[in-house]
Amino acid sequence: MSEYLLPLVTFFPLLALPALLLIPSRATGALKWTALFFGLAEFLISLPLFFRFDVSRGGEMQFPVSCEWTPDLDFVFHMGLDGISLMLVLLTTLLLPVCILASWNIRQSLKGYLCMYFLMTVGMVGVFTALDMVLFYVFWELVLIPMYFLIGIWGGKRRIYAALKFVLFTITGSVLMLLAILFVYWNTNLPGGGHSFDLLQIFEHFRADAGVQRWLFLAFALAFAIKVPMVPFHTWLPDAHVEAPTGGSVILAGVLLKMGTYGFLRFAMPLFPAALQLMLPILVALSVVGVVYGAMVSLVQKDVKKLVAYSSVSHMGFVMLGLFALNVQGVSGAVLQMVNHGISTGALFIAVGVIYERRHTRMIDEFGGLASQMPVYAFVLLVFCLSSIGLPGLNGFVGEFMILLGAFQSQPVPTIVAATGVILAAVYILWMVQRVLFGPVDNPQNRGLKDLDLRELLVFAPLLILVVWIGVYPDTFLDRINPAVEATLELMRNR
Amino acid sequence: MTQGNEFGLYLALIPLLPLAGAVLNGLFGRYTSARVSGLFASAAIGASFVLALLLFFRLGELPPEARSISVSYVDWIRAGGLQLDWQLLLDPLSMVYALFVSGVATLIHVYSIGYMAKEPCFARYFAYLNLFCFSMLILVLGGNYLVMFLGWEGVGLCSYLLIGFWFGDREKASAGKKAFIVNRIGDFGFLLALFLLFSQLGTLDYGGVFSEIGGYPQGHWLPTAAALLLFLGAVGKSAQIPLYVWLPDAMAGPTPVSALIHAATMVTAGIYMIGRSHAIYTLAPEALLVVAVVGALTALFAATIGLAQNDIKKVLAYSTVSQLGYMFLGMGVGAYTAGLFHVLTHAFFKALLFLGAGAVIHALHHVYHEVGEHHRDAQDMRNMGGLRRRLPVTYWTFLAATLAIAGFPPFAGFFSKDEILWQAFNTGHWPLWLMGLLAAGLTSFYMFRLLFMTFHGTYRGREGEERHFRENPPSILLPLVLLAVLSMVAGFWGLPHFLDFAHLGNRFDDYLAPVFHAGTDLHFQQELVTHGSAALEWLLALLAVGVAVAGLLAARRMYLADPALPGRLAQRHPKLYDRLLNKWYVDELYERVVVKPVRALCDFFWHHVDELVIDGLVNGLARACKEGGNLVRRLQSGRLPQYLAAMALGLTAILGWIFYL
Repeated sequence: MSEYLLPLVTFFPLLALPALLLIPSRATGALKWTALFFGLAEFLISLPLFFRFDVSRGGEMQFPVSCEWTPDLDFVFHMGLDGISLMLVLLTTLLLPVCILASWNIRQSLKGYLCMYFLMTVGMVGVFTALDMVLFYVFWELVLIPMYFLIGIWGGKRRIYAALKFVLFTITGSVLMLLAILFVYWNTNLPGGGHSFDLLQIFEHFRADAGVQRWLFLAFALAFAIKVPMVPFHTWLPDAHVEAPTGGSVILAGVLLKMGTYGFLRFAMPLFPAALQLMLPILVALSVVGVVYGAMVSLVQKDVKKLVAYSSVSHMGFVMLGLFALNVQGVSGAVLQMVNHGISTGALFIAVGVIYERRHTRMIDEFGGLASQMPVYAFVLLVFCLSSIGLPGLNGFVGEFMILLGAFQSQPVPTIVAATGVILAAVYILWMVQRVLFGPVDNPQNRGLKDLDLRELLVFAPLLILVVWIGVYPDTFLDRINPAVEATLELMRNR
Repeated sequence: MTQGNEFGLYLALIPLLPLAGAVLNGLFGRYTSARVSGLFASAAIGASFVLALLLFFRLGELPPEARSISVSYVDWIRAGGLQLDWQLLLDPLSMVYALFVSGVATLIHVYSIGYMAKEPCFARYFAYLNLFCFSMLILVLGGNYLVMFLGWEGVGLCSYLLIGFWFGDREKASAGKKAFIVNRIGDFGFLLALFLLFSQLGTLDYGGVFSEIGGYPQGHWLPTAAALLLFLGAVGKSAQIPLYVWLPDAMAGPTPVSALIHAATMVTAGIYMIGRSHAIYTLAPEALLVVAVVGALTALFAATIGLAQNDIKKVLAYSTVSQLGYMFLGMGVGAYTAGLFHVLTHAFFKALLFLGAGAVIHALHHVYHEVGEHHRDAQDMRNMGGLRRRLPVTYWTFLAATLAIAGFPPFAGFFSKDEILWQAFNTGHWPLWLMGLLAAGLTSFYMFRLLFMTFHGTYRGREGEERHFRENPPSILLPLVLLAVLSMVAGFWGLPHFLDFAHLGNRFDDYLAPVFHAGTDLHFQQELVTHGSAALEWLLALLAVGVAVAGLLAARRMYLADPALPGRLAQRHPKLYDRLLNKWYVDELYERVVVKPVRALCDFFWHHVDELVIDGLVNGLARACKEGGNLVRRLQSGRLPQYLAAMALGLTAILGWIFYL
């Protein structure tokens, strides 16, 4: 049974497509409930990955699937899951039903809208489990298309510009990556002759000197750095976020960005460790710049959504810094922080969506005093904000602390600079909180706004639980992440 | 350290009871009345106090060297060499803190029932207050640096929430935010200290850190750097120069909150942290000197601002900043127990002062409500006067606290402050001692100024208002009386030996001795607290009392005998008065030097770097592609002759290339 689990989790969302397509477009209720059903089912199906995951072998690829696909071309359908992939897959499958439930009020071409999420989920789960480079690349590009449509069709006023920018940035990166993948293939000489796209084979048999590694690393790193995004490749992100519908933003911030950091950790870093060492100073510098720069630009935003978008740049800078710490604390912290960022920032985007639906604006100046009108909403928003600025006891702190603690050991000076991001985060988030939630209700349109209803509470509930769970007892997750991280670091040391 | 499972449960319950209270009040409080909600919250923290008392006696049964009980409950963060548990530590130091925190907090909870009776959001208030107690108790009972940090940030959060409790007022919400952000600057130092300690010592457990650091020589860079970074955290949390600016603004919160958080407990967390980390500080004499100098400077500087404030709570706020400076002075000269003793006595008399001020404000609010007055400031002392006849209990308790803080024997503040000054002098820091002495005079002056302006003379409100004054309800008065008693007698727990005629010994020193005299810093301690001559000690004590009396007399002359005198003085020195009144314009300075440039830089990054440079490049590239495409498009004209000509040209070129190269 367990050998079918990964393909099942990956491709189950495809089953939702015929079901949705058969329902007439006018039956919006049926569409939504069907989508929710399939979304929840996907999450439930993915849970055995967690429970049947063998913690004692957390560093190995579990639930492996490997079958010949196109023997002439050496593509193998090879999937597997270690502790790192596990966390990101679960994050993806959790956010699917959450996004569907958060999108309840979408009116425009609902059917197509919902289909996009299921298509994207296939791609995202595939990216995190693929162990064949071609398979990985296929999934990687598969994610792009539905997100392009989500932004371009269901987006805001400048949706076409934002969607194009998103696609062009991403494509630019991935084209070079494809070339690099082919190069790696030709230079992976199997002992029995022939070449391979299989990641595990590549790890074992691919050799290149530092000079060649550098170019290959650059090609991979560019694709991933754009996705993360690292400064200065980040300007697509605020535009994409501002224009994307709420659910799109949640997936974008929650999962898509992690494809970049995951790519670094799974491919770019262990494949080209010599190049990594060569480029480390620049990469660390860019991460730290991302932390501080993202936070500073976030500080002066007038649109809540853009503020959260820029805060993502800052948070992802922390994640990258953790990866480049190259020790267990830093890298495990980075993986945990990927999950944390997906939860907290995802929730913040949903929270922005909640007031956008009520007021049709996201301008901070338009709000004020919401805490007296929507106390439950205020509480929820505050918790996620606190999680986002790393309050101990909530999830964000554990990740940030581990990252900085790890990074300090190998990169003390950059870490000190990055730690100022902790101060800046408090500044931009609390200033936003103050202008949105506190103060007098001086705009009459904010008077009597409806507080969260049951559906909205249910959207936030699982995220709230995770925020506290990871904050208080992160070991549930670290137990699974740590061995995988240790194995990856070991791999980098030995190659 | 002993593993004490028998202690484990009770120890955990001390912080967990108020946490449960906070959660229950937060969830269900809105369905109950203010009284039920308040009583429930008080019961939760009261039970913690009872448990703390119980543990106090149990701990006392153990031999002194065994009085350190560390309990690990469950693991928290694990990754590679990083092994952090949910861990609590009970030893005399955390015991003292747990006792007075839960004790004073209980009194302030009870007080709040009366004070916040008319407040619509009472459940939220009590939930926050309970949550604060949880965090504060975690801070002091935490068994490793990370658990302490959890409490450290937790109290900061509650402080933020409670300062901005009336969030509908933009200024109040803003004060809360300021407090949180300024504290974050300190936390930045705290965190870096933890990273540094971990990277060098490989652990963040108290036991591990202190025994590992003992291997470093005195003056080594590691303990010095760690001590200074930790001190940055203390400077933020305990409102010292240059990060004190949040505390006066924090007075925007309800007055019981000011008493509990911003006077008695949270702001002394920095002193606790230094006391807890004394093994590090003792190895870092330079860092200790910094602590002492910052403390003395703050004590004096804040006292000068206190001289000219008219808001009753603002005076007390600056007084708190100043008194915290004394505590750091004590810690900085190595007299840890003296600094901690001042924490204890200060908790009693400063809480009492705030609660007394709150009682006055509450009474004034009542009067203004009765006469339909909405615009007058109930905290401005210029609207008060002569209230001692109207609020007798409040007055007498307030007087006790004033005598205590001004340093009149035998009130509590005298013993603790005198001990600090004596140790400062005795360890050779006589300039710091002098600053402390001066600050003591100023303290006495501004406190009696406050007392006279509020309670003496004649009422300066409108005629006919006076008969509306009513002494406060028992829930407010009872805590006042209890705290007044404590302010009078608490000093005897730490009797200095030159006054110890009955040879009782300094019980406070003795109680904390297992913490501070254990391990590596033993000889350093003894070196510091050498006993000078009793005659000198007498002389210095008399000097301190003399200064306090001088302050009292000056205040009497200016605010009772000749009320026009302050005005004349202000006229004669307009610049000085202006600076004192406006707090030396420090807030304005920070605004100009820090806040505005940072915001301008942020704007520059956004508009110029992001929008102009990066997006300019990207969009320029896109435009170039488009223009290029347009150019090339003209070639695709659809005219056959043109294509044929191009083909011929191309063929010729290729053939030429093949044959001639």
